[in-house]
Amino acid sequence: MASDLAQNDLREELVVVPLRHPWRWFSGAVIVLVIGGLGWAMAEAQIQWEDVPGFFTHPVMLEGLLNTIVLAVCAQGGAIVLGVVIALMRLSANPVARWFAVGYIWLFRGLPVLLQILIWFNLALVFQNISIPMLFSVPTNVVMTAFVAALLGLGLNESAYMAEIVRAGLSSVDSGQTEAAKSIGMTPMTTLRRVVLPQAMRVIIPPTGNNFINMIKGTSMASVIAFLELIHAANNISSRNLEIMETLFAAAAWYLVMVSVASIGQHYLERAYGPR
Amino acid sequence: MALVEAIGVRKSFGHTEVLRGIDLEVERGEVVCLLGPSGAGKSTFLRCVNHLETIDAGRIWVDGVPVGFRAAGGKLHELREHEVARQRRDVGMVFQRFNLFPHRTALENVMEGPVQVLRRARSEVRAEALALLERVGLAEKAGAYPGQLSGGQQQRVAIARALAMKPKLMLFDEPTSALDPELVGEVLDVMTSLARDGMTMIVVTHEIGFARSVADRVVFLVDGAVVESGTPADVLDNPQQPRTQQFLAKVF
Ligand SMILES: Nc1ncnc2c1ncn2[C@@H]1O[C@H](COP(=O)(O)OP(=O)(O)OP(=O)(O)O)[C@@H](O)[C@H]1O
Ligand SMILES: [Mg+2]
Repeated sequence: MASDLAQNDLREELVVVPLRHPWRWFSGAVIVLVIGGLGWAMAEAQIQWEDVPGFFTHPVMLEGLLNTIVLAVCAQGGAIVLGVVIALMRLSANPVARWFAVGYIWLFRGLPVLLQILIWFNLALVFQNISIPMLFSVPTNVVMTAFVAALLGLGLNESAYMAEIVRAGLSSVDSGQTEAAKSIGMTPMTTLRRVVLPQAMRVIIPPTGNNFINMIKGTSMASVIAFLELIHAANNISSRNLEIMETLFAAAAWYLVMVSVASIGQHYLERAYGPR
Repeated sequence: MALVEAIGVRKSFGHTEVLRGIDLEVERGEVVCLLGPSGAGKSTFLRCVNHLETIDAGRIWVDGVPVGFRAAGGKLHELREHEVARQRRDVGMVFQRFNLFPHRTALENVMEGPVQVLRRARSEVRAEALALLERVGLAEKAGAYPGQLSGGQQQRVAIARALAMKPKLMLFDEPTSALDPELVGEVLDVMTSLARDGMTMIVVTHEIGFARSVADRVVFLVDGAVVESGTPADVLDNPQQPRTQQFLAKVF
């Protein structure tokens, strides 16, 4: 008893020595040094930094920005709609629809996007007209503008990925949910809209957000067919003043802005459809 | 005419015949308990009544309507999925695993059918749904999501969700089998009061006590066929068939 008391007294006086983390300090310092070195190198580099803001807001750059956004949003939007359709075909009871979906995904996911853009853009070389007999006929080179070719190349490729994402999302919903919906008399369409899709969203949104960010950057491939997106805009500007790096940096800044905005949007979407 | 008439119902999955010609009639207001060993085909039969499974032979009539078909010109025409959906409005179903919609609150779960399927006005449906939640003892949980409710509470919401469609017939597939023992009673109480109010019910259950006190008739199913059927007193206390005797000996 007496010794217990004595120990208690001792415990009161014990001083706590926090665990030290010397390596954290060291690695932190190394990282700061590396970043500082890079910053110094950038400042010393032969770059006309003061010209970059001007290129950032240059009218041609802004036109390129607008075209990039329109292309990315249209391609992604179309891909989501097509992806849902292909995913439903992939899961349908109709074997012809299932096989079509498999073939579609195999083809449009299998070919490089750049190749697909080039094929669409050069379609006029092999088909003079696009027509459905008795209904309509238009010259291919009128329809297949750079924008349309880029939209098809990017959108169709993305739709194949979206089909797989949507399929995974739909399959992730427990079959008991569909049965419960049926048991209260829901039609298949209402079941999809009210019960299955809202729950599939949790699985669908994160990869779709990532894909959209990829899509934003992927629009740069349309520069090869002279579509005026950001990179092509930067090249147009620098072809006159030869400030290649400065204009590219201005374009780079725009990509980072767009990607940041998209990431924030993705965050809120994920929260809206998150678990309860 | 009986509310449910099943005649010679057969169903196979691949090469295994799960239902081998089931005949069953359920009168209006009657409570029938389906008993039988695992794999007997109890769930499958219940799902056929709601056309969640298509039967291979035989016929099921609910309230004079052939399930999954339309009678016209002396023939039965197979229905499209949205027409089957219309038939299912009159039959409520409660599942072993509750299957509440996890992205909607208890109240929204109950309102979903009347609003989305019957296209009724929200305000009116809301009042009814709250009354139903009150009836299953969950008025104060209206705003809770299924994930925030106990199993017993979820199952009671599921019963309210089925009742919201004002069904003529309620099907229960082992409604208490996924519950902790102390939560079984609250669900059985709700079912008992439903039976007292005159609801026609087909209940698959292993709760012999419930069958004894609530069922008008007990039907014993083995290997896809009805082996014995009668009042609880007859079938449970004085079984005639060896299979029934064996099963009851194990359950008690
Ligand atoms: N979708 C299905 N595909 C293939 N076989 C199935 C399917 N559903 C049920 N079965 C089989 O049919 C038989 C009867 O199943 P059912 O679920 O109707 O039995 P049960 O009497 O409800 O049994 P339990 O008491 O275990 O729920 C089982 O052998 C089961 O494996
Ligand atoms: Mg079962």
